Amino acid sequence: MREVAIVAYAQSPQVRQEKILNEVEMLMPVIEAALTEAAMTMNDIDFVCSGSCDYIAGGAFSFVGAVDALGATPSKMESHVEMDAAWALYESWLKIQAGEISSALIYGFGKSSVGDLPDVMSQQCDPYYLAPLWPDSISMAGLQASALLATGRYTERDFAEVVVDSRRKAKANPAAQLSGDREVEALLTAPYIASPLRRHDCCPITDGVSVLIITDKSALPKTTKKPVYIRGIDHRMEAHQLGIRTLSESGSTTQALAQAKLQAGIEQFDIAELYAPFSPQTLILKDALGLDDQVDINPSGGPLAGHIMMSAGLDRFGMSFRALQKDEVTTALAHATSGPCLQHNMVAILEAG
Amino acid sequence: MTVPDNSLLEADFELGFTYTRSPGIIIGKFLAALKQQKIYGIRANDGSVLFPPTEYDPRTAESLDDFVPLSDRGRLLYWTWIDQPRDHHQMSQSFAFAMIQLDGADVPFLHRMLADSPEHLSSGMAVKVQWAEERRGAITDIHGFVSATGG
Repeated sequence: MREVAIVAYAQSPQVRQEKILNEVEMLMPVIEAALTEAAMTMNDIDFVCSGSCDYIAGGAFSFVGAVDALGATPSKMESHVEMDAAWALYESWLKIQAGEISSALIYGFGKSSVGDLPDVMSQQCDPYYLAPLWPDSISMAGLQASALLATGRYTERDFAEVVVDSRRKAKANPAAQLSGDREVEALLTAPYIASPLRRHDCCPITDGVSVLIITDKSALPKTTKKPVYIRGIDHRMEAHQLGIRTLSESGSTTQALAQAKLQAGIEQFDIAELYAPFSPQTLILKDALGLDDQVDINPSGGPLAGHIMMSAGLDRFGMSFRALQKDEVTTALAHATSGPCLQHNMVAILEAG
Repeated sequence: MTVPDNSLLEADFELGFTYTRSPGIIIGKFLAALKQQKIYGIRANDGSVLFPPTEYDPRTAESLDDFVPLSDRGRLLYWTWIDQPRDHHQMSQSFAFAMIQLDGADVPFLHRMLADSPEHLSSGMAVKVQWAEERRGAITDIHGFVSATGG
């Protein structure tokens, strides 16, 4: 296996509504910031890969327009996934493993404020059995939360504690949309929006973009003080229909973790950045990954503090990269998800170089 | 350059697919039966009955074709109460999205559970299909589920 390192990460503020800039205008300064951090120019980038969703922008092939943010020259080998940009990172990682490239710039973007995201997400469901019922993303997460409560493993109080923890940690993240000191008791008095979920259990609608740069070890920029190596990475998918899965668990996450551990030979993590857009999913993932209380979960605040649809998974890599710049953090687990109710999951094990 | 007259060229335009789509032999048969108020599951390779029918076994990916007739009754497993339906839900009052397991099926599925309030719902309660008044061969031919005991 080739050693692949993250060398830079930049993110826009995660705002509720970006009223002026379009996606290209949002991307341009963030691409520049990532290149500056890496001390690279586009000449040093072999491959560009992005993740976004045309349904959010409401236009077929809208992702092609975002390529404008890269500039007309130098021309680049380019690809796109209609998935979270974490999978754009995975495609880039594969290309490095295949020996085709030695560096890649990955970006993800989402301007969810222009539409009604929960409704838009319902149309990712199969067109015959689910989509005609318009089960929006919040309702489906509500069903999953009900399934979790039915096991007796957790209570609504546990959901609220996840939120309190997220808001508190997000105070140290200037790009977070939601942060602050909240009380569990106060949160539990809020009304349900899709029982047993309350508004605060759900990730906020967010406009934003993020950019991450990876290179093969042989192509590390000379100025990179602390590259972060992707020691293991794997992703697994479960059946689409909710009834065929055990919604209170995440078997595909456990499978992906086992494969990532085999590659990495690393069993313990200082931090974990989990893509759990709804608070109960943090608990499901924590169990699926076997994380104990020694692991600092979502030190950035996680998706409950800011959730760029189609880039929130890539942001877990980026936030892990940032945490690993600190001396006391040497290993991290980054997780990304796709599809309703944690259908598809990626697990990566990262280590500071 | 001469302009023959000042009338505008007009053409009808309807936003939509310019083709029809077949749901295939498995899903198509299931949906056609729904129109007749008949409900079928499909037998997976391990003998369990899946509802709604899938073309492929979710574990082994082998093709499935053994349809199993099911009743219009089942049990409510768990649900999420939607106090304020969205426009797209096409529901005039509060309802629940629920996981319901039909009698004779081994897995639950997602559909609407209709009740006056969440207090009327309990895990394991008996439910039955409420058919849509107009059926056109779609999953929405089942309008939703209601309590089988009238509660």
